[in-house]
Amino acid sequence: MSIDGQSINGPATPGAAASSAPALRRAVVVGGNRIPFARSGAAYAKSSNQDMLTAALDGLIARFGLQDERLGEVAAGAVLKHSRDFNLTREAVLGSALSPETPAYDLQQACATGLETVVGLSNKIKLGQIDSAIAGGVDSASDAPVVVSEGLREVILDLNRAKTLPQRLQILSRLRPKDLAPLAPGTAEPRTGLSMGEHQALTTAQWKISREAQDEVALNSHRNLAAAYDSGFFDDLVTPYRGLTRDGNLRADTSMEKLASLKPVFGRSLGADATMTAGNSTPLTDGASTVLLASDEWADARDLPKLAAVVDAEAAAVDFVHGKDGLLMAPVFAVPRLLARHNLTLADIDYFEIHEAFAATVLSTLAAWEDEEFGRTRLGLDGAYGKIDRARLNVNGSSLAAGHPFAATGGRIVASLAKLLHEKGSVDGRPARGLVSVCAAGGQGVVALLESL
Amino acid sequence: MTDKYAQLVNQGLGKNVAKKLGLPQPAVLRRYEPGQPLVTGPVVVLGETAAADKLAAELLSWDLDVRRHAVPREKLGAIILVLDEVAHPRDLEKPVLAAAGSLRDLGPCARVVTVSRPSGETDTPAAAAARQGVDGFLRSLAKELRAGATGNGILLDGGVEAASPSVLAALRFFLSGRSAYVDGQFLTVSSAAGSLPDDVERPLAGKVAVVTGAARGIGAQIARTLHRDGATLVLVDLPAAGDHLAAVANAVKGTALQLDITREDAGQRILEHAVQRHGRLDIMVHNAGITRDKLLANMDHGRWSSVININISAQLRINEALLASEHFGPAPRIVSVASTSGIAGNRGQTNYAASKGGVMGMVRATSSLVAAAGGTINAVAPGFIETEMTERIPFALREVARRANSLQQGGKPADVAETIAFLASDAAGGINGEVLRVCGQNMVGA
Repeated sequence: MSIDGQSINGPATPGAAASSAPALRRAVVVGGNRIPFARSGAAYAKSSNQDMLTAALDGLIARFGLQDERLGEVAAGAVLKHSRDFNLTREAVLGSALSPETPAYDLQQACATGLETVVGLSNKIKLGQIDSAIAGGVDSASDAPVVVSEGLREVILDLNRAKTLPQRLQILSRLRPKDLAPLAPGTAEPRTGLSMGEHQALTTAQWKISREAQDEVALNSHRNLAAAYDSGFFDDLVTPYRGLTRDGNLRADTSMEKLASLKPVFGRSLGADATMTAGNSTPLTDGASTVLLASDEWADARDLPKLAAVVDAEAAAVDFVHGKDGLLMAPVFAVPRLLARHNLTLADIDYFEIHEAFAATVLSTLAAWEDEEFGRTRLGLDGAYGKIDRARLNVNGSSLAAGHPFAATGGRIVASLAKLLHEKGSVDGRPARGLVSVCAAGGQGVVALLESL
Repeated sequence: MTDKYAQLVNQGLGKNVAKKLGLPQPAVLRRYEPGQPLVTGPVVVLGETAAADKLAAELLSWDLDVRRHAVPREKLGAIILVLDEVAHPRDLEKPVLAAAGSLRDLGPCARVVTVSRPSGETDTPAAAAARQGVDGFLRSLAKELRAGATGNGILLDGGVEAASPSVLAALRFFLSGRSAYVDGQFLTVSSAAGSLPDDVERPLAGKVAVVTGAARGIGAQIARTLHRDGATLVLVDLPAAGDHLAAVANAVKGTALQLDITREDAGQRILEHAVQRHGRLDIMVHNAGITRDKLLANMDHGRWSSVININISAQLRINEALLASEHFGPAPRIVSVASTSGIAGNRGQTNYAASKGGVMGMVRATSSLVAAAGGTINAVAPGFIETEMTERIPFALREVARRANSLQQGGKPADVAETIAFLASDAAGGINGEVLRVCGQNMVGA
């Protein structure tokens, strides 16, 4: 660029007349990059969210030669976030090799954060507002914010307002020893007081998901992820960080026997019926992921690959507070709505990426879709919604093996699925289709449809 | 990676003490930086042949201060001895003694460059003796030079003219700070191919180059040097080195390709990446290499095969893929990193030396294949280079290895990188199948 300022040449106008609704153009996934995910307190124990997000961005920039590029926008977020990180994504951009003239914003939608950044930015590209974007997410369970008690917080704020020494002494005298204990961040739902695992345990029991079936999902996750690493699938999706070259949680040598030996950690009130263990639940994880999105024109002008198109997305939420549905069951409703909009059924999908918050979450989702009564009463269908071919599910592993740094999971899945679809190419003369489903705290879920390019 | 001894004897008290005790006094070498003058003073061109006249005229056109006769007590930047027409050993005396009178006037990091013809079986015995005599003469003179000065020779093979592009490019290279650690070496120019750059400070402008093993050490420096010279870079290293690779790629505004070069399809993947992103591939730098040192008596399959696979087999396979591609070129360049270990041998490095000897054999045998595609393949053989790898050599051994060369110091990764950049340039099109040592005239391996 010859001018010192910022070119005023914005995205090409996709539509004809400015006053009427413009025709939508396509948003494509160019590629992705993430750092290996680490178990909390391990390899990235001393890394902040900003460190990890910057590292993931720099790896993406290096992969696609984006040094000094002014991108349309970068959006990312974290679920566990320090108040000082009010501008986390913008700060990460400023610390990266991108042009400092690249705008950025933070987004937060619990575990759906990463996927929602992909959806939001893709929509901006489709509308012609931007040509290029990086979507992403990061989370650190190791470097989580620790909050002071309400009592201490009030004292500190009042002290700040006090004008005289007697006033200050009077305020300080209110402090009690218990006020000095810090509060660790909880994963409990504010409205129920139950942790996510305890919520899922209720759903697991409701759908009668067996321990063995859950362990099998976990085993497949580890085996598939290990095989994908061995075949070089992640060579252009992952950049090592702080000595970690593969996901720290991956146990390539795990077995049904080893998984069966673990004691239940959730739903223990169920006694002998408790089925959820540390092996079939995701661990607390640190990590970051990014996805490069673009219009066709932008990618073509830079001779960049185009892996998949972001076709559409849908969000849903359930009333878990009153027990109408399980906390993590929103995707059960989002997927049928999304596919119906495109006249598709589960049978039309070539690859499913259902985020494994817990093995039982995936199995409960599938069970609900296979249940005739649920189909009739809750989805308004004539019978069961459908059954998916398990050979198409999480074929390169998912969160049980890779780990689940909350906001980073969406980016991990989208980048991996886009590459998988691109390698698949076409199916019966049509593009290969992939479905992403991510459940989230607050009874929410975001799902998205991708097509191979 | 710092040579503390060299720092000590180049300043204040240390300098005086070293001088009085007769300890080695490695000079601070003149290394190339953009904008730097080519030489540090006047250049004397000795010799009375047509080639000498041509070269003198050429050097004048480079805005150098050129003399055909030395002026006593004037600090000189370089002496160029043109000996292309020596027909009998006695013909050497006049120009050589003329040079002798000026040696004490050479400034720090000055240059002596001979231009002659290689001896061959079709020469008369007397001419062959004279030509081969230049070899022994130059190598000895290089050992006599002090204060960072170097002596190197250009051989005009097969009737190549003195003013051909690669002769001029080699002369510029040897005169410049780019060849700081190249000493006592001959470089053969075997054809008039090659073209001089429009901008001598960006000789690789518009070129797409791949560097393997680019995440750190010499590879990372090769990337920086090629970038400085104008090339667009694709940087390759193992997926496990991806974080360092990304940092180098972002520094040189290239792209990172995480790839195990021992994969069957490595050449294909490199081509795909280069062609998709840049539409072509001009320069392939085979730098990736490992050491797994062990005495042969203790050698095992893992140590032997990993070294052979990475250091030579991968290069063979990748070259095959590149030479079969229409996208490699139009004037393709392959530059491989060999090692003086592959020439002189090194105790504990039978595997490494076999692989590096292999690189040199491959380069010679591939030269005709690349020439058919309009390009060249050459190797550089580094001696003791200050890297993380040599930092791990035990202190005493390291000190000996460092000083056992005419420049009495280890080279820097930049010295290897500069030589690679030169061989990768369009101007070096007349240099093919050669191995150029970057070793400060290491005492081992001759």
